[in-house]
Amino acid sequence: MKKERVSISRREFLIRSTTVGAGFSLGLYLPLSSHAAMAATGSADEVSSSVPEVNAWVVIKPDDTVIIRIARSEMGQGTLTGLAQLVAEELECDWSKVTTEYPTPGQNLARDRVWRSFSTGGSQGIRGSHEYVRKGGAVAREMLIEAAAEAWGVPNDECSAAASVITHKPTGRTTTYGKVAAAAADLIPPLEVELKDPKDWKLIGKPVKRLDTVDKLTGKQVFGTDLQLPGMLNAAIKACPTFGGKLESFDAARVIKMPGVHKVVRVEDDAVAVVAGTWWQAKTALDALPINWDKGPNAGLNSDSIEQMLNEGLTAEEAFVGNRNGDASKALQGAAKTVEATYAYPYQNHATMEPMNATARWTRDRCEVWCPTQNGEAALEATAEAAGLPASQCDVYKIHLGGGFGRRGAFHDFVKQAVAIAKQMPGTPIKLLWTREEDMQHGHYHPITKAKMVGGLDDKGDLVSLHVRISGQSILASVNPNWMQDGVDMFTFQGLLPEGDHGISYTVPNLLVEHAMRNPPVPPGFWRGVNVNQNAIYMESFLDELAHAVGKDPLEFRRKLMANHPKSLAVLNAVAEKAGWDKPAAKGVHRGLAVCKAFASHVAACAEVSVDKSGSLKIHRIVAATDPGYAVNPQQIEAQVEGSFVFGLSALLYGECTIKDGSVEQQNFNSYPSMLMSEMPKVEVIVMPSGGFWGGIGEPTIAVAAPAVLNAIFAATGKRVRQFPLKNTELGSV
Amino acid sequence: MAKLNINGKLVDIDVDGSTPLLWVLREQLGLTGTKYSCGIGICGSCTVHINGAAVRSCIVPVSSLKVSEEITTIEGLSADGTHPLQQAWEELDVPQCGYCQPGMIMSAAALLKDNPDPSDVDIDANVTNICRCGTFNRVRRGIHLAVDINKRGKS
Repeated sequence: MKKERVSISRREFLIRSTTVGAGFSLGLYLPLSSHAAMAATGSADEVSSSVPEVNAWVVIKPDDTVIIRIARSEMGQGTLTGLAQLVAEELECDWSKVTTEYPTPGQNLARDRVWRSFSTGGSQGIRGSHEYVRKGGAVAREMLIEAAAEAWGVPNDECSAAASVITHKPTGRTTTYGKVAAAAADLIPPLEVELKDPKDWKLIGKPVKRLDTVDKLTGKQVFGTDLQLPGMLNAAIKACPTFGGKLESFDAARVIKMPGVHKVVRVEDDAVAVVAGTWWQAKTALDALPINWDKGPNAGLNSDSIEQMLNEGLTAEEAFVGNRNGDASKALQGAAKTVEATYAYPYQNHATMEPMNATARWTRDRCEVWCPTQNGEAALEATAEAAGLPASQCDVYKIHLGGGFGRRGAFHDFVKQAVAIAKQMPGTPIKLLWTREEDMQHGHYHPITKAKMVGGLDDKGDLVSLHVRISGQSILASVNPNWMQDGVDMFTFQGLLPEGDHGISYTVPNLLVEHAMRNPPVPPGFWRGVNVNQNAIYMESFLDELAHAVGKDPLEFRRKLMANHPKSLAVLNAVAEKAGWDKPAAKGVHRGLAVCKAFASHVAACAEVSVDKSGSLKIHRIVAATDPGYAVNPQQIEAQVEGSFVFGLSALLYGECTIKDGSVEQQNFNSYPSMLMSEMPKVEVIVMPSGGFWGGIGEPTIAVAAPAVLNAIFAATGKRVRQFPLKNTELGSV
Repeated sequence: MAKLNINGKLVDIDVDGSTPLLWVLREQLGLTGTKYSCGIGICGSCTVHINGAAVRSCIVPVSSLKVSEEITTIEGLSADGTHPLQQAWEELDVPQCGYCQPGMIMSAAALLKDNPDPSDVDIDANVTNICRCGTFNRVRRGIHLAVDINKRGKS
């Protein structure tokens, strides 16, 4: 890839405020006194309020501190640092002087969406904004150079910039960004800038440290739950545990005199909250509050009835087609051997470590919300809706998230509730915090599906036909119906599509992939990895079944289908080589493979496990490879790969929400466990960016952890597990 | 009104005796580094030290504590954020979202106090905190690095 010349929309850079206000501070509209609220104001201190921005993305203080504006949310995935690297690369600033701040969604709205999308999901943070944030850095650099050149009375092109220092090349004169930033802010942005050739990148691709680590080590980092505002009260909430149920009545008189209680309020039509001085007081009173629920139409729903619904879809005549070539059913009839298997994947909760929470202050003419969110703009929309005010009279201050995983992006139920409570106590900031139990029961769950897989092999043992029938829940039908195509949820086919970000990694001569949409009344949501979690298990486990059915090596069997998928083949080969696939593993240790394309990245894994006679599983090691096209921060990519494996393996081992009487049965980490350090395998990560495209990081590798382990379990035990989580299956050989 | 010894200071506490220590720290004393996540003593986000031992503060009623007991929170682990574990965590960029990390660090710190050079098996047995981001391998490396930092400091 060469240098890229990109033209700039005038609108994009001319719409700007003359100063960066303390609007970037979380506490603009409130007098701040408490320590936590001060900490929450982040970098937007009093000094920056008097410093003009160079452009929407870059503010430089007289002391050369560089403030880079970040529109997407940081929730642990490292996007904040990666995006800052992208801007700083083009800005040519001193990385050691870089800090960051979040613009608010209200400011984005007021400035004609100058920062574009705030949405942080689908592994889009970097790949969805790399171009315009680099442009932002490049434009700022050109303006800073021009300001210096003007001051010196020399042509721009005699000047260059590096590490926040501008040099007039003929004379060797220098100045710094901090000295010319104010003058640069008054200039008209250039019409065109050149983005660097990737081979000239100095900061992109470097394993620099995160910008947000230090405060996380001392307790200083403020999360939503930690926010303290003057005069703030705390709220605990219970919503009807039955999906679709309503709040019938509650007896406030029984708790109103309990310590610290200020008010007991109805919240929307399905919840009740206690507002008290402290959250513990609110929670204690809520536990004592007599509540009657109208359980509504789903009181009879249970896991068995949902399974029957899905079973019917496995053989139903009609289904949506996600991928078709050749004639799968005809080829199956002519196959020398056919193999059939049915898999099932359960509901799962995001279970972020920080439960849902939001703080709201409502008055008749303004509503403000402080919250951890993966999408500030969606949070603002939810705020305005619940407040009954135009969005221009609302704002949302984003706070670092204690985990997101998809729970806090498309859904702002917790924001609407906080506003609904605050609206009943005008002027008083209300911090709403869910209990873990509330969080477990009111999720937006990883959707439930089953898949019937039928494969046909010819007399040479090659795959000639594959029919995949998925039956189960659509996320989009419930969450984003307008993203569907003629009633089809193409997201359901992630990892199995003909091409694109989630294209299938194989060429099968006759292929049919279908979805019989069956939507139980349990709210589904985007869950880290979304539909590749189960689809990769279905596909990669079944390919393993097919290979074993004809006595072929699972690696060779796959390779034969991957001639047209060289990048996927490359990651598969990389893990096979590093794991030593062609050599025997240690005694008692067995290997399994998986490969997938997800969120535009090519990923593969080779797992090594052992299973003892009692059925105890030990995952020793996983070798993983990822080709994300460009790798912005390799050490953060390694962290994301390891982290995605914890999320994916926790799901494989334990993740299951079952439904009884219309409610989720699991209440807390005792009934919904997450894997621990003692269960964590060694992870070896191969980052192999091949260039030319931008793939995601946070999610893709989650696809391959579970199937690689499942295939290794088969190698170890001869047992093919097709129902999850594994805790429900006896792996013992006796 | 009860007195507690928290981070080396005697503080007055005025709450119902059944209130868990976690909520006294967070809501009475403003020590919000100690986190709420499960409330039933499983996940470890609320881990503090009582007389040097790691304790899940979400299930310790404040009435069970005596003023003679030394309570340490993440804010009191070191004066300036330079406990060897904090140094190691910074060096290795251990946290992701960071929400579980104060508890994780407090669990590790209690382990190192008892066992200055723990094996991986010791770490597995003693650091049982849940981390949904999945920082376990860096946590493990961080503990081993803190051991090295400790040794360097002493040599």
